[in-house]
Amino acid sequence: MAEEVIKLGKKKQSTLKDEIAKLLPDGGNLDLCLTCGACSSGCPATGIRDMDPRKLLRMASLGMDEELERNPWVWMCSMCQRCIYVCPMKIDIPQLVYNLRSRWPREERPKGILGSCDMALRHDTCSAMGASEEDFQFVVEDVLAEVRDTQPPFKDMEAPIDKMDADYVLNQNSREPVTEPDEMVPLWKILHIVGANWTYASKGWAAENYCMFLADTDAWKHIVEVKAKAVDDLNAKYWLNTE
Amino acid sequence: MRKSLGDWAAEELRFVVKAVVGEENFVDMTPNRSNNYCCGGGGGYLQTPYTEERHKYGEMKLNQILNTGAQYCIAPCHNCHSQIHDLSEHFEAGYHTVHLWTLIALSLGILGENERTYLGPELQEVNIPEWEK
Ligand code: SF4
Ligand code: SF4
Repeated sequence: MAEEVIKLGKKKQSTLKDEIAKLLPDGGNLDLCLTCGACSSGCPATGIRDMDPRKLLRMASLGMDEELERNPWVWMCSMCQRCIYVCPMKIDIPQLVYNLRSRWPREERPKGILGSCDMALRHDTCSAMGASEEDFQFVVEDVLAEVRDTQPPFKDMEAPIDKMDADYVLNQNSREPVTEPDEMVPLWKILHIVGANWTYASKGWAAENYCMFLADTDAWKHIVEVKAKAVDDLNAKYWLNTE
Repeated sequence: MRKSLGDWAAEELRFVVKAVVGEENFVDMTPNRSNNYCCGGGGGYLQTPYTEERHKYGEMKLNQILNTGAQYCIAPCHNCHSQIHDLSEHFEAGYHTVHLWTLIALSLGILGENERTYLGPELQEVNIPEWEK
């Protein structure tokens, strides 16, 4: 863990702390930390780049905004929330991480996440790999036709897109249609066997949402809205997202 | 589970997994359910340039898996699948990483030959569908 003693500079205005405090439920605040270390002892990112969740939280509590500005560790915490789960005060450290991520200039955030978010914003499919409605439809129909032809018990199997009034709208991670389409088949077969009334949606079918990881709140919201609207427009009962 | 549905959903999935692989073939890792650790595939990690850190983060999960002695790890989502699969390759751990849908279809005898990419050699020939024999 920490090798050097942290020196506190003269008192500066901390905006980070106030910003986060507003987001905490029940009037909670970062000062509630007991420094027990439960968060850090069960965090897989503890020790990476000489940082851990308790240290991050303490630095924020102490108003060390500048030292936390663009600390790359915020991209090395997976925002898994285990620290909240074990924290006796239920302090939301991943929310702090999210806010710190959002303070990076957008174009300087990790390129892979940035590119995936921007790609998802280009089509209404929300695919981080840039697959269009036509690409998706082509792959699904192509794979389905082959299964129907070669696997007799599934000659009537369907993988509908934009079917109205289905029980379930299923999202699909872009990786499958784009790089390993055969991986969609077992799921279709299971849905077929149990007689599920399901459909894909041509808009918003992609399950992933990198804008959330990018901490671009407006883009995140946009992606969720496109996907939710697709489910509503098809008048489905449930939205299944496996990510 | 920890982030959304909670432990009841984890219980239901254990029911499915045990029904599919057989009670005697299921080993829970420690800790488990909401107390489990993230594998390090989440939060966009796989799309960052911080590969070394991602592997370091994943060592916790790697050791949990190795301590079970199991040959297969079932991953719930795509990010987890990519990360857990990559951990096995990177650390030469030798276990296989599968999606639950693969095992369900395998147990039902409906998993076609093109759908067996993530199965190890010991399961490749198991429960081949009638029409492919
Ligand atoms: S678990 Fe909670 S109270 Fe304990 S050190 Fe971490 S943030 Fe503070
Ligand atoms: S959310 Fe981040 S800080 Fe908290 S346990 Fe997970 S990786 Fe660690």
